[in-house]
Amino acid sequence: MNLTRVCGCILLTVAALWGQEGHGVTPADIQRGAQIFLTSCASCHGPNGDAVSGVDLASNKFRRARTDRELTDLLKKGIPGTPMPPGNYTDDQTFAIIAWLHSLPNAPRMGVGAGSGDPPAGKAIFEGKGQCRTCHRVGGEGGFTGPDLTSIGGARRPAELESSLLDPSAEIRDANRPVRAVRLDGTIIAGTLLNYDRYSLQLIDTTGKLRALQTDKLREYELLKTSPMPAYKDKLSARELADIVSYLVTLKGLSQ
Amino acid sequence: MSARLLFLLAAGGVLCAQVPFERILHADLEPQNWLTYSGNLNGARYSNLTQVTRDNAKNLELKWVLQTRPPAEAGSKYEATSLVVEGVLYTVQPPNAVVAVDAVTGRIFWTHVYNPEPAARLCCGRVNRGLAILGNTLFMGTIDGNLIALDARDGHQIWSTPLGKPEAGYSVTVAPLVVKDKIIAGPAGGEYGISGFLAAYAAGTGKELWRFNTVPKPGEPGNDTWAGQSWMHGGGSIWTTGSYDPALNLIYWGIGNASPDWNGTVREGDNLYTSSVVALDADTGKLKWHFQFTPHDEFDFDSTQVPVLADVTWQGRPRKVMFFANRNGYFYVLDRVTGEFLRGKPFVKVTWSTGLDAKGKPVRVGHSTPEGMVIYPENQGGTNWYNPSYSPRTGLFYIPSWMDTHSINTSREEEYREGNQYTAGGATHEMSALRAPANNRRSQDSGWGAIQAVDPATGDVKWQFKMVDVTDSGVLSTASDVVFAGGREGYFYALDARTGALLWKAMTGGQITAGPVTYAVEGKQYISVPAGNAIFTFGLR
Repeated sequence: MNLTRVCGCILLTVAALWGQEGHGVTPADIQRGAQIFLTSCASCHGPNGDAVSGVDLASNKFRRARTDRELTDLLKKGIPGTPMPPGNYTDDQTFAIIAWLHSLPNAPRMGVGAGSGDPPAGKAIFEGKGQCRTCHRVGGEGGFTGPDLTSIGGARRPAELESSLLDPSAEIRDANRPVRAVRLDGTIIAGTLLNYDRYSLQLIDTTGKLRALQTDKLREYELLKTSPMPAYKDKLSARELADIVSYLVTLKGLSQ
Repeated sequence: MSARLLFLLAAGGVLCAQVPFERILHADLEPQNWLTYSGNLNGARYSNLTQVTRDNAKNLELKWVLQTRPPAEAGSKYEATSLVVEGVLYTVQPPNAVVAVDAVTGRIFWTHVYNPEPAARLCCGRVNRGLAILGNTLFMGTIDGNLIALDARDGHQIWSTPLGKPEAGYSVTVAPLVVKDKIIAGPAGGEYGISGFLAAYAAGTGKELWRFNTVPKPGEPGNDTWAGQSWMHGGGSIWTTGSYDPALNLIYWGIGNASPDWNGTVREGDNLYTSSVVALDADTGKLKWHFQFTPHDEFDFDSTQVPVLADVTWQGRPRKVMFFANRNGYFYVLDRVTGEFLRGKPFVKVTWSTGLDAKGKPVRVGHSTPEGMVIYPENQGGTNWYNPSYSPRTGLFYIPSWMDTHSINTSREEEYREGNQYTAGGATHEMSALRAPANNRRSQDSGWGAIQAVDPATGDVKWQFKMVDVTDSGVLSTASDVVFAGGREGYFYALDARTGALLWKAMTGGQITAGPVTYAVEGKQYISVPAGNAIFTFGLR
């Protein structure tokens, strides 16, 4: 479970930020909230909170709750006439779930103080020494081997971004799954998996072309467990790493 | 095909529209119709129609599609098995809209939209699994806890009987079963701490005629398997249809999980009759025997699968048996006269127990804990509500299976509060538990789906049709040795019942979460299955 694995590494960062803002949230609260969310909510909302059409819990924008008190009521009473059931939570448990929801990366608070580096310096490394644009796109420019990073600051926490830079293969999200297919004539097609079933693969190849491959016309295919991205552990200094993370955190989509 | 069967097929167009119980009892003699949830009271979902064969299945083509109207609710799933009577197909669009359509064209005769109370609350989707018919009356459970009767000719409501308060978590999602003049049904709500029961209602009035408490009350046998007062909110829900043996006059029904689901410390004991199959006298509801698959369940292993009845030669002598592919990952063969355990064998990877003892009781290796326990299969199970099928021709039992899945099962403290979920824990999965994601990019390391053919005589898997994603589709088998099934990816398949070889497939563009049916009109065979927000019907070109 992605969230479970990343949970530990972000708790200290998030709780420290919140603590500074006087919310009194501890890492243990978020951990408890994550556990309740994953066991009680994720079967409908998905582990990333975005499985229900039109509902993205990570955005922290709730159509039927504007305050934490309203969110507490919603969790306890459910939403009549919809699939959202009443949850049998204590006040402490709803506090923990809400702490967890607020810890999600698109929560507005996460922009505050995220990263200690220099974003302009990070942008320069991203486009220069790091050669990141060879494989990643930002604002429509760049390569297609890796995921589009135009909105990555709203989708990942700083600790997760840093972890991905240091060891890209440690955790590859399903949405970024590299795939390698070999046609019957030996031609190799590499890209990012978009969808697959017993008979076909849908992918975007490294040139940005959408490809649909029939499995009976392939010699083999493999969902790769190692990332084609190089590890930057020994390629960037701690300062450069902080700068690039700070830059990535600023990437919140084209409208911004 | 027998002469009598040919006669009935030919006479199909002039048969009276009434469906007396005698017709349901002998549904195998009129395979042009689909008169009860499993096609037949034995639960086998096996059809005597033979027009579509292993040779010509490749010529199947789409005949019609019926979209939900208005569009299906977000989060709902189309889980209803259709009924077909003399060329009229009855279906339930989620959550509770009954539609009668021409089975040849899909054109609508009438629609009855039942608007459930906003108080209705369900654990896992606002769903319905189908209708029952008797005479000219259709019977449907509603998600706000009622059993209702509708006139099959125009859809108008005749009566409504409450089975429990919707604000307390009582809902009715099961397709009722007609036995003689009784309508058999019970409430779901195992995640709300309901007090479960299976009951018989008078077809004409909805009056309750008998009730079997799936969690026995004080003074009833089995109450001593619940510590203290834990029986009061013990669950034991009903949400998938049972079967009936007319010679023994016994109803067989699978019972849901104990409540709260994951924290068993508050309900020490075996917790009868949760996660069991019960055999009840059809006239009185009295318990004849029971078999508990998962005593003191802490993994949400409802035994709400369809009990399939067969008469076979078992170890050299004729025997009346029951086949039961359980959510807990084991395939069971029981003597359905006595409930004696005959065989049990895993059909998927199982780690929550190391095996079954001589009486079929699982040897447990752990419990849900506050820290979490990893078990195979995951809490959605090796299989679930999606129906199996049994072909007496091939002698094979077909199971929609979730292969190599696991979940982390976590318990926590929780007090019962009426109307709130009462699970005291939960399970984390690596796959979406209830519905297919729009895109599947999940590695098969975390599980995959298959239709498996099991030889009941040995418990061995004879063949396996693999899918990438898991499947929530039911299975249908026919007398021409064709098996129909689908999956989350949206494919609907025709398979060779003897080998599992693919004969034909069609992409429906939506998750298949219901059981297929087959029927015939004017001598032409159709196969129909809901997928996504629509129902798709196929026939030979």
